[in-house]
Amino acid sequence: MSVYPDDRRYTRSHEWIRVDGDVGTIGISDHAQKELGEIVFVELPDTGEIFDAGQEFGTIESVKAVSEVFLPVAGEILETNKVLADEPGAVNEDPHGDGWLVKIKLSSDAEMDALMNAAAYEKFVEEEAKA
Amino acid sequence: MSVPSTDPAQALRHTPLWERHRALGGKMVPFGGWDMPVEYSGLSEEHRAVRERAGLFDVSHMGEIRVKGPKAFDAVQRLTCNDVGALDDGKIQYSAFLTPQGTFVDDLLTYRIAADDYLLVVNASNTPKDVAWAKSAEGPGAAVEDESPIWAQLALQGPRAETILQTLTETPLSRITYYRFEAGKILGVPALLSRTGYTGEDGFEVYLHPTHSGDVWDAILKAGQPHGILPAGLGARDTLRLEACLALYGNDIDDAHTPWEANLGWIVRMKKGDFNGRDALVKQKEAGVPRKLVGFEVTGRGIARHGYAVQTGGGAGVVTSGTQPPTVGKPIGLAYVPADKAAPGTPLTIDVRGRGVPAVIVPTPFYKRR
Repeated sequence: MSVYPDDRRYTRSHEWIRVDGDVGTIGISDHAQKELGEIVFVELPDTGEIFDAGQEFGTIESVKAVSEVFLPVAGEILETNKVLADEPGAVNEDPHGDGWLVKIKLSSDAEMDALMNAAAYEKFVEEEAKA
Repeated sequence: MSVPSTDPAQALRHTPLWERHRALGGKMVPFGGWDMPVEYSGLSEEHRAVRERAGLFDVSHMGEIRVKGPKAFDAVQRLTCNDVGALDDGKIQYSAFLTPQGTFVDDLLTYRIAADDYLLVVNASNTPKDVAWAKSAEGPGAAVEDESPIWAQLALQGPRAETILQTLTETPLSRITYYRFEAGKILGVPALLSRTGYTGEDGFEVYLHPTHSGDVWDAILKAGQPHGILPAGLGARDTLRLEACLALYGNDIDDAHTPWEANLGWIVRMKKGDFNGRDALVKQKEAGVPRKLVGFEVTGRGIARHGYAVQTGGGAGVVTSGTQPPTVGKPIGLAYVPADKAAPGTPLTIDVRGRGVPAVIVPTPFYKRR
């Protein structure tokens, strides 16, 4: 069975989004957290901020490096994961669950179609590893 | 998510252990012209293995320059800022090549093999430059040779290093004290066994011919297995050295900074006689050292990285190294600040991608082994 839950969509920049009604929960994939290594700091936007699809909305810092995270689809930030301020390692421990980053109100659900499903994402990660 | 990477297009050199790094799952990155493992099982895990048990690094990319002959002592004494006269056979010294401006060409280790025979171990990325630099001191009675191709180097670091290495050599390692070395054998193969490292832990650096380095690498990992050894990459090497406040050329020291500024005055011996860069060091001391390399701890939220701007209230500076390393567990780093703002307790503001984050100057090192 895939490590990537099939109740959501994935981006080529390794974020995921799970949509419930017009609310999307966003995080980074298990592959992404492994690549980053131990995450020590997560910087997230304020609620009410609006971003386009593909726009940088925050940064994740591991011991190794700083990485930007990009919003999979356009939307307004409804909520950020407060737990991560004190426990950024939650992203390593449970990237697809408790380690989520933000919740957004989707501007439109049409953009979801451009994203990969779990099977396609898994294949994408495998091919990226080979390249 | 995006992780910055370096241009992989250039032709990268391989150490003799390259296939082993791949087989061990090493994540390879370009470093100083070499394709090197940045991590295997994970940076933090490897870092902790070195602090608590043992880690094995391939540092075969380092450069080795041999200076031999009746005038070798004079040549090395002129080339380096520390006092070669303080060495006896089997003694090692941290030192540097300095430019005529007194700034760093490179930092290095000087090994005295004999009174007329020295091995200078330099940074990989600087090796061609350093060889050319050392050749400038060549002359009758002092032959300078780039021996980098005939030396592989393995760094076994951590509290279990001696126990592990002892199973592979008849040389009693306990008699080799810190910053000393002996020519011995490991697995029956000639090697220099050097009690040195770049991690702030006890450990050894083993110099041997590249032909045998694979067998010795395998044997050390096998002997270390019951002790919890891990192969460790450049990522852990960087966090370990930063906690111990060991300078990294290209980050903390370079040809724009002098040893006075870098807090490395202890490797400069002004009374030993003339050496490259001495006049400039005299002048800078007379004129006043304008800035100092200091350790800081971030007190606000954020992590300071190399190149970030620093404000000290009346003066500007720059971060040279910074991260949140595993053992210290909080965001720390090194920065150049104006010399009159360099005292521990001085508040700083670091520009973290447009955000002013408070930090404070703290005493160094951040980590010292017990």
